[in-house]
Amino acid sequence: MIFEVFRRERKGQPFQHAGSLDAPNAVFAEAYAREQYGRRGESAALWIAPRSALREIDDFVDELGRNYHRVDGYPLKEKLKEARERAGTAGDR
Amino acid sequence: MSAQALLEIADDELILGWRNSEWTGIAPFLEEDVAFSSIAQNEIGHARALYALAAEELGTTPDELAFDRAPDEYRCSRLVALRLVPDWARTIARHHLYERADAIRIAALKSHSDQRIAGLAAKIEREETYHRLHAEMWHERLREEPRYVEALGELEPLLEQRDAGIEELAPLWEEMTMVRRSVPGATW
Amino acid sequence: MTDAEFLEYVQSGGQVEVDDWMPEEFRLLLIKFIEMHGNSELMGVLPEREWILRAPTLQRKLALTAKVQDEVGHAQLIYRVVEDLGKPREESLDDLVAGRAKFHNVFHYPTKTWGDVGVIAWLVDAAAIISQKALLKCSYAPYARIMKKICWEESFHILHGRDVVLTMMNGTDEQRELVQEAVTRWWTPLMHFHGNPIPPDEDPMYLWRIKSQGNEEARQQFLDGYVPQIWELGLEVPDPKLRKGDDGVWAYTEPDWEELRQVVTGHGPKTAERLELRRFTREQTAWVRRVVLSNAVAA
Repeated sequence: MIFEVFRRERKGQPFQHAGSLDAPNAVFAEAYAREQYGRRGESAALWIAPRSALREIDDFVDELGRNYHRVDGYPLKEKLKEARERAGTAGDR
Repeated sequence: MSAQALLEIADDELILGWRNSEWTGIAPFLEEDVAFSSIAQNEIGHARALYALAAEELGTTPDELAFDRAPDEYRCSRLVALRLVPDWARTIARHHLYERADAIRIAALKSHSDQRIAGLAAKIEREETYHRLHAEMWHERLREEPRYVEALGELEPLLEQRDAGIEELAPLWEEMTMVRRSVPGATW
Repeated sequence: MTDAEFLEYVQSGGQVEVDDWMPEEFRLLLIKFIEMHGNSELMGVLPEREWILRAPTLQRKLALTAKVQDEVGHAQLIYRVVEDLGKPREESLDDLVAGRAKFHNVFHYPTKTWGDVGVIAWLVDAAAIISQKALLKCSYAPYARIMKKICWEESFHILHGRDVVLTMMNGTDEQRELVQEAVTRWWTPLMHFHGNPIPPDEDPMYLWRIKSQGNEEARQQFLDGYVPQIWELGLEVPDPKLRKGDDGVWAYTEPDWEELRQVVTGHGPKTAERLELRRFTREQTAWVRRVVLSNAVAA
């Protein structure tokens, strides 16, 4: 059974995918992950999960270009220039 | 605790670690190969730390204790001296039997009056926890296998046979010391 | 995406993941290349593990065991990548022991003394690291990612090798002779290691950006980095033509490429014996895999 291994390098870091291994069950997988990803003390912590327990999502739709909740939806340069000219502060920087 | 008594435990760990290291690279599958090699390395590390304590009393060094005695001066059990590769059933049987017995021995040492011995025993015990987990893991998996059950029966009596058979130990000693003896006194 | 578009994609630095579409030619090349790497790690273990049992101090024993353990660990990572590409590990191992698959030339040669232990860890691993660093940018991302862990772990291997060699060079005449004799013997396999000087644009591995470096470039990097290290210890390299030109390019006696071909197609001095050892231990432990791996049950 394939298990995926995630490791936290040190406190403050997120868990990141580290690799996978083949083991008959979670007890074996734990022993193997411990050695393959921790024998040098290189990980603060590990997560293991059967590959079958993980669900991947890799399709995302935005057919109508919804930019109102992204930074690129707010081009302010022209508006700022106009507002400064109106306030007479265009030269002050 | 006398240096000689320390040597008994140290020699067990050294020779068992040496025998277990024989599986590095040829274990039943890769994940297990990596895990079992760590156990072998830990055992050699325990031996080294125990030799260091004995060496102080005996006025020598861990390497000299590990390599420069004659085969009949080692105080390990018959069980650890056996060459078991490529028999995984007997290897795990020995692993299970040894870890179970060693746990009792190390636990007793933790209350030794000599603080250094007690302290080292505590450290060794913390590492041995994982060895025991590993041994139990395999024991559970193999307990219905006839060849494993047979191996347990065959090997259990050897635990307490202190005089390591010279037949098993001599060839191991030859190989273990061949480079070291090739240029006596050299630094490697 | 067409094959041509895919080629352009990887040549401009694009990477692919396991579930991405890829041309069949690319996928087959990947499997062959990556499997050969896995085979090499696994076969490389065999010459070295003999010396685990003969290590002359406890520290060297631990270091060498840990080094070989790393190599087994690398094999595990590598075969997992091959398996996710569609070829199960057991099939790769079947092909290996049957002599149907290749592994790097250096692992077909004997190790004769403790001098070999130092020289292999210092120079053979150095040659390997140069190739491995070039794989960090592999167009196949899962492989590039494991290369990161592999390169990181290999860093101690070279230091261990250098430490073993330096200790011997500072030791007795006999020890120095062991090192020199090993360097002399390993020179030809080292010169063969990076492969014949096929121009990168004729090398499919480079075209698909599986490798990001041509063979000759790798070899030059090796010579530039390590010949000075060899010479500064007073050791000799058995090639009178070896010298660095004013243009920075190392000149050397052209290796016998036919010998390399013979070795990697299974006719090296130790090929048969080592494959037989793998076959034998695999057979002896087949029951373990049957009991433990084939029927996964809940813990």
